[in-house]
Amino acid sequence: MTMFALETVAYRLLSGRQTMAYPDGPAPALPERHGGGLRVDGSKCSDGCAACVSVCPTEAITVGVNDTVALDLGRCIFCAACVEACPTGAITQTNDHRLASGRREDLVLGSSGAEEVRLASELDERLRRLFGRSLRLREVSAGGCNACEADTNVLGTIGWDIGRFGIQFVASPRHADGLLITGPVSQNMRGALEKTYAAVPQPKIVIAVGACAIAGGPFVGHPEVCDGAAAVVPVDLFIPGCPPHPLTILDGLLRLLGRLSEEPRV
Amino acid sequence: MSPLPEFASLHNGTSLPWSQIPEWSGEELVDLTAGKLARGGRLCAWFGVPEARGTRLVAVIGMDADKTLAAARSEPLRGSYPSLTLRSPQAHLFEREVREQHGLVPDGHPWLKPVRFNHGPAGAREFFRVEGDEVHEVAVGPVHAGVIEPGHFRFQCHGEEVLHLEIALGYQHRGAERALLGGPHRATRHQIETVAGDTSIAHATAYAMLIEALAGTEAPLRAQWVRAIALELERLANHAGDLGALAGDVAFLPTAAACGKVRGDFLNITAMLCGNRFGRRLVRPGGCHYDLEPSRAARMREALGAALAELDRASAWLWNASSVRARFEGTGPLSSAQATEMGLVGPAARACGLARDVRFDHPAGWHRFAPVAVSVWPGGDVFARARVRWLESRRSGELLSQQLVAPPAGGIRADAGRPAADALAIALVEGWRGEVCHVALTDGEGRLRRYKILDPSFHNWIGLALALRGQAISDFPLCNKSFNLSYCGFDL
Repeated sequence: MTMFALETVAYRLLSGRQTMAYPDGPAPALPERHGGGLRVDGSKCSDGCAACVSVCPTEAITVGVNDTVALDLGRCIFCAACVEACPTGAITQTNDHRLASGRREDLVLGSSGAEEVRLASELDERLRRLFGRSLRLREVSAGGCNACEADTNVLGTIGWDIGRFGIQFVASPRHADGLLITGPVSQNMRGALEKTYAAVPQPKIVIAVGACAIAGGPFVGHPEVCDGAAAVVPVDLFIPGCPPHPLTILDGLLRLLGRLSEEPRV
Repeated sequence: MSPLPEFASLHNGTSLPWSQIPEWSGEELVDLTAGKLARGGRLCAWFGVPEARGTRLVAVIGMDADKTLAAARSEPLRGSYPSLTLRSPQAHLFEREVREQHGLVPDGHPWLKPVRFNHGPAGAREFFRVEGDEVHEVAVGPVHAGVIEPGHFRFQCHGEEVLHLEIALGYQHRGAERALLGGPHRATRHQIETVAGDTSIAHATAYAMLIEALAGTEAPLRAQWVRAIALELERLANHAGDLGALAGDVAFLPTAAACGKVRGDFLNITAMLCGNRFGRRLVRPGGCHYDLEPSRAARMREALGAALAELDRASAWLWNASSVRARFEGTGPLSSAQATEMGLVGPAARACGLARDVRFDHPAGWHRFAPVAVSVWPGGDVFARARVRWLESRRSGELLSQQLVAPPAGGIRADAGRPAADALAIALVEGWRGEVCHVALTDGEGRLRRYKILDPSFHNWIGLALALRGQAISDFPLCNKSFNLSYCGFDL
């Protein structure tokens, strides 16, 4: 036992701090083939072209009145089939991990001024004073496939250490300031989600993580699901992805709490 | 004229014309299946195919010792048929599912409770109940204390002792099988990848194998090699995470912290391959979406070496701590007889001393060229289930280190072709939880008219329920973690 204690202490000393410097330092790089967020430049759409529409597995892309496409990043599962199909380079990947938005409509890309997602702004002064340095969340998986859940869980590991921001996942909704929801909200979880939401004391916030929780993901339109959390409870933050990279989730949470010093888009 | 064979015999990842699957009356199919199971067969699938004149039953039996699969079907049935469960308990859940999905009643089945409540609201539920003055009942879920999926657990307790645990699922039901009908559709690949999101590679590989088998094509060898590599990375990430979570559940924090990080390292190595930590978009019918070039393989191998070394060190702390062994040993025991009788698969079965592993028993794809030793440990307790994960992690690591430097030449993608009409195909893949089994049946136009998905969790949830008998209820989290089964993979 003594040897073991010495060994683990020595190991800890040798390995040093394992928590990333972000957000004070640079963000960890996304994997080379990740691609990050999407960008849609509708002015590059050629007349009558709908190549992207027919390849999108979740029908996230529609053609608008001026023959320009509208891509709903909330429905998007980031398969990039549209990027490959687009003949004019109207849809591209940005390598930007920042995707979280406070309003559902801000996830729709394509029209002028909305080429990229309009990122979430921070909570109002009153909520920020309440939650800014201490946010307790109850996670509810409602039809989630365990990928969004896993990459939410990973924020608690030593590399990310979400506790340093005062964010913690708690076991009871009575102890929580809000919900973090994953999954398309299956009909069979609807009641449990409603009850969990009702059990969280006011004021409370709701965060929808992943394509399923925003719009139903690969299961959009199935009668067995509700096509996302917003059909059941009011949502304050949408974090796109399938699943979102942990960095994208963390960015969303910190953005909401006003804990990021904003840098301009690159 | 030779007598008709009782079952069609086929290999993993192959197809047969539907007309060549022997057809029997319901009673005969139950008889033949029970006989085959009694002679060492294992029930991989038992499901219904709805037709105008009734529901046909299909039996798929793993003849592991022969490395073959046996398949037979019934004529269209209505009303009821004699229950197979009475003769072979491993059919218990399959028959409940057939009853729920098709209304076909297995006569004499002891507990025909719905499996997923997909035909009505979850809620009004009947539970098996133990009566007695000092007996009490504990209800947990569907929403749980951690960041995990929902399910309901109903314990019948006497003091701290669990007499019986009933596991009620269905909360995650998303209509996955139903959505595949008439396909493949544009969304099919993505729905398969999210059947159980932590098992994306195994499910996507099974699906790709089926489509290729139905079309009579084969993915390029290099793609099969990439699939095998991704499958072991998926296993490593999850096994490392489980070892950490098991350590966490007995408050052994050094290993919990180190394994939590190293799990992420393995996920990141998968992301080096395809951009996504869960292997999304990598495997597709006809091959793989991304190539694994030598320079990328070298970087992955370097990262892998470091992660494996960390896993080794963190698990050594675990095995050397007497406080951990005291909590793991003897907790949540299952006998090998129970595991055989209930048809358990994966690490849960191997921890009962059963040498069953699809990579070894039914090698397909790259596993035909890169054999894997089966990691077995006797005992059937939490310790054995942890130990099997650790053994498998080491062997996955060795396999990856060898394979990453030995790429086969050639392309990564080919045309998957069109699925043949009126054909049945079966694919098994050893996912990290155990046997992933997909069975596809096409219609006259080559579209999917039945697609059966079996996540290993379907076989194994009953193992957790049995392991809890006679245990302290406070050991439930530890036992649950030692199985770590999928809710959505079960609920479909």
